Formats: sequence, structure tokens, C-alpha cells
Amino acid sequence: MQPDSSTALDDKGLDLTELDLKIVSLISIGKHPTSGRARRAEQDGRAVELGMVLAEATGDKQNLTVIHAGDSQLEAQQAALRSYAGMGLGAVRVLQMRDSADAINPLSEYLYKHAPDIILTGVHAESGESSGMVPYLLGEALGWPVVPRIANIVSIKNGVAEILQALPRGQRRALAVRLPFIASVDNAAPAPRQSAFGPASRALMDQKVSQSDVDGVRNAWSELPARKRPKRLKVVKAKTGAARLKAATAKPQGAGGKVMKEQSAAEQAQAIFDLLLEEGVLR
Amino acid sequence: MAFEWLNPLLIATALLLAVVGAVRRVNLWRAGQPESVDFVAGLIAMPGRYLHDLHDIVERDKYMSKTHAATGGGFVLSLLMIILVHLLGINNQVLGWALLASLALMFVGAVFVFKRRLNPPSRLSKGPWMRLPKSLLAFSGAFFILTLPVAGVLPEGAGGALLTIVLSIFIAMGLSEMLLGMTWGGPMKHAFAGALHLAFHRRPERFGGGRSTGLKPVALDQRVLGVQKPEDFKWNQLLGFDACVQCGKCEAVCPAFAAGQPLNPKKLIQDMVVGMAGGSDAQYAGSPYPGKDVGQANGGPLLTMTEGLIDPETLWSCTTCRACVEECPMMIEHVDAIVDMRRFLTMEKGSTPNKGAEVLDNLIATDNPNGHAPTSRMNWAADQNLPLLSDVKETDVVFWVSDGAFDMRSQRILRAFVKLLKAANVDFAVLGDEELDSGDVARRLGDDATFQSLAKRNIATLRQYKFKRIVTTDPHAYHCLRNEYADFADGLFDTIEVLHHTTYLNELVQAGKLKLNSYKGGTVTYHDPCYLGRYNGEYEAPRELLRSLGIKIAEMERSGFRSRCCGGGGGAPITDIPGERRIADMRMDDVQTTGAELIAVGCQQCTAMLEGVVEPRPQVKDIAEILVESLVEPLVQERH
Repeated sequence: MQPDSSTALDDKGLDLTELDLKIVSLISIGKHPTSGRARRAEQDGRAVELGMVLAEATGDKQNLTVIHAGDSQLEAQQAALRSYAGMGLGAVRVLQMRDSADAINPLSEYLYKHAPDIILTGVHAESGESSGMVPYLLGEALGWPVVPRIANIVSIKNGVAEILQALPRGQRRALAVRLPFIASVDNAAPAPRQSAFGPASRALMDQKVSQSDVDGVRNAWSELPARKRPKRLKVVKAKTGAARLKAATAKPQGAGGKVMKEQSAAEQAQAIFDLLLEEGVLR
Repeated sequence: MAFEWLNPLLIATALLLAVVGAVRRVNLWRAGQPESVDFVAGLIAMPGRYLHDLHDIVERDKYMSKTHAATGGGFVLSLLMIILVHLLGINNQVLGWALLASLALMFVGAVFVFKRRLNPPSRLSKGPWMRLPKSLLAFSGAFFILTLPVAGVLPEGAGGALLTIVLSIFIAMGLSEMLLGMTWGGPMKHAFAGALHLAFHRRPERFGGGRSTGLKPVALDQRVLGVQKPEDFKWNQLLGFDACVQCGKCEAVCPAFAAGQPLNPKKLIQDMVVGMAGGSDAQYAGSPYPGKDVGQANGGPLLTMTEGLIDPETLWSCTTCRACVEECPMMIEHVDAIVDMRRFLTMEKGSTPNKGAEVLDNLIATDNPNGHAPTSRMNWAADQNLPLLSDVKETDVVFWVSDGAFDMRSQRILRAFVKLLKAANVDFAVLGDEELDSGDVARRLGDDATFQSLAKRNIATLRQYKFKRIVTTDPHAYHCLRNEYADFADGLFDTIEVLHHTTYLNELVQAGKLKLNSYKGGTVTYHDPCYLGRYNGEYEAPRELLRSLGIKIAEMERSGFRSRCCGGGGGAPITDIPGERRIADMRMDDVQTTGAELIAVGCQQCTAMLEGVVEPRPQVKDIAEILVESLVEPLVQERH
């Protein structure tokens, strides 16, 4: 069974009151899968939830800054941003830019200047490019480590955060990461709290006009709704119920690959390097 | 008689202190939010409202109505004459006899109150209320003896000093209960607050046989949305709480209380009084919220009620069935208060329990509670060839499909109704994908912002087309459209008639537009949906329809305005507060005692709740489905 990650923090009573921790959660405008309407994105909502829990553990909600880089002028987008604020944020900081612009530069400039300790994002956006590249590009720009798909932050001690990374089918990997870092928050993280209309409508939309370049590459693209691909039927030959369950839940095992646990770090690095060369990632 | 000065002094002191108490009490109510009330008209109408509206409800219990008429009437008459005779010293023999008569009347009433209190039912509050009959007897008895000389029965100055002292003790006891208790928070408070509550009621439309059941809209730009502290209630709501007589009629009919969920409407109103006046609920001497001890709750006019005074679970247990409001002899509005506090929990705290948040998110993002694609609303009618209003623009009847469109069980009801409409050659059309959720669930869950958004968009859609009537199979949508949309519709509904399908079908059957065979099955009972019956007063049309099939309805003990809720209203299945029993199971027990094999229902929510009861149990069918089975279909013309 999947560990109940939603209560993990409460149970241990995460106490960060000694820390002067600055957290930033990045949010985007989500898109509802069946109606296509703008909404609070599921993963970004989790990033805000995790940020709020951390900030509450430090004893000062102000330690969390929630930032959106984009255009907040349209009513639907404004409402979506406010639905994040309805979780109990006093304000949402908006780096105002044209919809067609690239968010990376203004974001990395802002983050470099304000130097937070933890940056939380979703894994990928629900609309637009949805490439999932934002945390990596920010990591590159700031020179910080990137932790993909985290489920929770368990503790922060001596400048090192103990993080649970989400793996398929409820597995978790414990990581120790030195601050500052960027983490993308997986769907396995605790679900975001309910957004309330009152605080949402009263929250401050703190707009900052920012310099941004037009994303020329993207503007040359045309967007189409995704076409559904036919799914390959899985023929299950299992005889027993247990075998059928296994077949239904098991992840297809990759043919290649090997597990290197015993070898030295140099050997492990060499193996990764060789693979990257072989795959043509490095040239 | 000795100490002649004593009794007038006692009366004057009691009256004076009562006035001081009244001013203090009025100030407690004035802490509430402003609400405009026609004071003069209310005060003029008050005696009539007492004698008709209030008394009609008390009259359901003949014993109590006679007792109250004797005691209350006797007291009011006696008090007026006591002031004349014993305070102002008017020594008139006729007046003396009249006073004796009214005191005797009051005494007889008090004897019956006393008898009632010998072995009181559990719904009645004990504590100070057990003292009341004794005080009534003391008051009427002592003044009776004191008045005897005035009437000339006894010589002036009869009895010694001892009798005078004993009499004076009883008089002091009676006066303090009847006059001080009235304004300083004793059981007699109900007379003072109740009279003013009748005069300044927030829903004056309810008097004279009217009905006012739609929730009041929230102004969305307020400082705090919903009710956080007692002072966030309207002042006349606070006044209403003070009118409670703790008779427990509400408790006796509350489905959540019976199911062992932590709600007792009587305790809730008393907690509101505790919040308004400040203090703890330790003085409360009635049934507790099931599963919760009395004495733990503390409140004050400036304290958040859901932190310490009332457990949010209490508020979320309510099915908004209005049984308590219907039974309340003081015409207190429990459901308004509960939804007001839910509004705070949802719109300010974001703490709607269980599936609440998910349902509200879905309503915002997809206009239906389960997150179905808004473009799939008409999938149920793919084979029905229904005219769309966006095509025809004009029609007689708009068929409001409601969210039953997404539910396979409800679709059977919708199909049955469409078949009936077609058989009767009705000119009708549907809104198709343009229709949105009515907002019922959002509003009952306290999210008035989402309700208002849905309502306004639905109204804008309706405004585009020409039609005379809206007919729906869903009593919840019916209630919203009929009673709650008018606040946002700017007169649109003045010219439109909103009907429930049973009302409309009954019209068609009575006009001979539907030919029906008689019903062949076994015994049938009818379950009144709360939102059709108590909310809209429609008890007769569904029954007339069943009778027109030749069905003799085996009525349940709790039917008509006393119908027990199925448990499906007010978002209760979504918030799902645990109890000891399920409300639907209890309703099914009601059905079983009639021996019925079929339950006729007029609501898809009731259908779902009652069909959720484990078999074996009677079949559950909507009236439209029952009619379709007996429908004589017009024959296709034979070719020659």
C-alpha cells in the first residue's frame, strides 16, 4: 500500500521554527481535462500546499512566496490565480509578461535576486508547452540541484533537507539534499487544501512588470488538441487471480539496464557517462 | 391585612427589573447585523400571527394547545388586571371577579402543565423548565387568594400576618419567574422574545399560510462571508434564537438526530443563545448532540462559533430537510442559521468535509458536481431526438433536465418523463449543453459564490428564449429555479411558471391528454421529497396522479408535511458525517411498516438514497416511471 504521505508531516510534527527558511512555489494556470477551463493546476497546487506546510512549520506564513510568471489580465486567468490564493495566501506575486513570452528569464532573474532556499514547482504545466523543463532550466540558470517528482519534505536540519521522492506504484526514495534546491512536486504529494472564495477574492495580486523576450520558437508552432493514440491490448494469460493482479499492476520491465550498488562512485559515473554517449545525449 | 405596602412594592420592583432586563436583552439582539423590518406593521400583525400561525402549529398537539391557551391567556389577562388592582389599587368588585376568573383559568392551565411535567418525554428540556409549572401555580394561586378580598369574598384584612408572609413568598416566587425570568433569561423568556420574534420575523411571508423557503443570498463583497460570530447573524435571527421554548419538537423529527449524527436542532438553537449571551452550555438541560457531552461548549458574541461552541460536524449533519422548521411552534429558522455558518466554513475557512471540496471544484470547472465533460450533458438523450432551445428559440415548456442527465438511474426517470411528454403532444424543448447545474448543492454546502455564478449564467441562458413554463423532474432544481433564482433574475421569473413534473403531469392527466390504464401491482406508498413538500407545498399532485391510476396509497405515519427525509438533501451524502444508523434505512423502515411493495417517489435523489438500502426491500420508482408503465400508447394508424 501507498504510505499515507498526507499525514506524514503532521505525524512527525515538522518543526522548523529555528530556521529562517525562504520558500518559493511557482504556479501556472491549469487547464481542466474535460472542460478545458483555466483552473488551479493539480501539481502546482501541491507545490503551494507543500510550501504552505513548510512555511507554517517555520512559524511564519510570510516565508512562502507564491509566484506566477505570465499574463494575469484575463478574467479566467485571474480567477485561476485567485484559486491558489484561496488556500490561504495573502498575496500572489505576478511577474507580468506577455502570454507569448518565455517565463524562464524573468523567473531566474527574480529568483537570483531574492535567493530563496527552496523552490517548488509542478512536474509540468497543464497547458502551453507543458515540457516540464522549467525546473531544469531554472536549475541551470541558478546553478542549483534539481530534485524531480518529490512526494514530501520530511525534515530540514543543518542546511540539508530529507526528501521523499515519488517512484512508480507508491514507492518512495529517501534523498538528502543540501539547500538551496529546486524540486518538482509529484501527484503523490499531499493534495492541496480547499480553496475558499473569501480569501481568494481578497488576496493581493502583486504585479511586477518584468522584462521578457518573445519566445520565438514557440510562437512559430501551432497548437492542436492531442489525438488519442490507440492502445495496445494487453493479452493476459494468467491463470490465477493473483497472477492477473500482478499482470495488471506490474510495470513493464525494461530489457536492458543494470543495477550498480556495490561498485565505486567512479565506476558508477563511468557507466552513466558511457550510456549517455551510447544514447547520443553527449557527443 | 398586614404589610399592605409589600405586594405593590414587589410588583413594581419586578416590573422595573423586568424592564431593565428587557433593555439588556434587546441590546444583545442589537449586536446583530442590520436587517430592515417594518416595525409598525410587524407589531400590529403580531397578535394575529400568534393567534393563527403560531397557534395552528401548537394545535397539532391538542393537549398542549389547550394548556397553553389557558395558561398563557390567563397569565396575560391576569397580569394586566393585577397591575390595575394590586399595583394601582383600583378596588372594583367586578374587576376583582374578572381577575379571579382569569387567575383560575391560568391555574387550571398550570395544573395541566404540571401534569405534563410529571413524566416528561425526552424531547422536553428539564432543568429550570421543571420549575416552571410550580411557579405558574404559585403565581396564580397566591394572587387568587390575594384577590379574594377585592371581589368581596373575604373581608378586607382576612388572614393573619403569617398568611400574608406566606402569600408574599409565593408572590415573589411567581413574579420573579414570570416577570424577571421573562427578560433575564428564564423559561418565560420565550414569551417576551417570542412575541417580538413574531413581529419582526425575517420571513414575514410565512405568516397567513404563505411559504418562504429560499435561502437569502450572501453579499459577496462583505468583510466576512457567512456567519463566523454570533454578531454576524442578522439581529432578528438572534431574536429568533431567544424565542425557543425548548419543546424539542424539532429534535423529535430531525432525521440526523434520529440517525445518531451529532446534531440536535434544539441544542443548536440553545448554543446560538449561549454564543449571543456568552458563557457555557452547562445550564442546558435537554438531549445533547448524539455522542457529545453537554458542558464542553463555550461561546461569546465575539468568538468564532465553530471553534469551541459548535463542532462543524454538527452543521454538516443537517440534510436541510426543514422538518424542524416545519414543526417549530415559534417559527424559528434553523436551516438558515446552519447554512449561514456553513457559508463561513466553506467560503472563509475552506473546510467543507469529505468530498465537499472536490464537488465544489467540479462545479466551478465543469458546471456539474461529478466533473463530467460539459459537452456530454445530452449524451443520455442521444436516441431521444429532443428539440434544443438553441435551435427552436421558442417553446411552451422548457424541460429542465438537471444533473440526473449524468446518472444512469436518473436517466430512466428522464426517459420516462420524455415519453409522457411526447405521448401528450407537449410542445417542449431542452437547453442541452447550455443547461448548468442549478447550484443547489453548492448553495447548501455554503458556497454561495458558486451558486450565484451558476444561477446568473443559467438565467442569462433562459433569458435568450421565449417560453411559458419550466418543468423539471428534480425537486432541488425546482426549488432553486422557483424560489431562489428570483433574487438574481431581475423579474424574469415574474412571467415564467416553474413546475415540478408531478404537478405538470397531473395537469396533463386531469385534462385527459394522457390515457392511462389502471395500476396492476400491489400496495403502493408515496414518499414526499422534502424539496417538493415542505419547501414547495406540493403534497397533492403526486397523490392525485397515483389515485388516477386507481392506486390506493398506503400512507406512512410520517408523510405529507411530516415526511421523513431520505438523507439525500443539503449535500449530506457528500459531507457524509458518520452516525449510528443511515437515514435512508430508517425511512425504509417507515415504508416497511405500511407493507407496501412499491415506493412512489418524485425525486431522483430520494430514488438514489432509497435504492441504496439493501434488499430485500420494496421497489423504488419515480411517479413518471409508474405512469409510463400504465400509459396507453396512441396506436399507429393502420393502413388500408
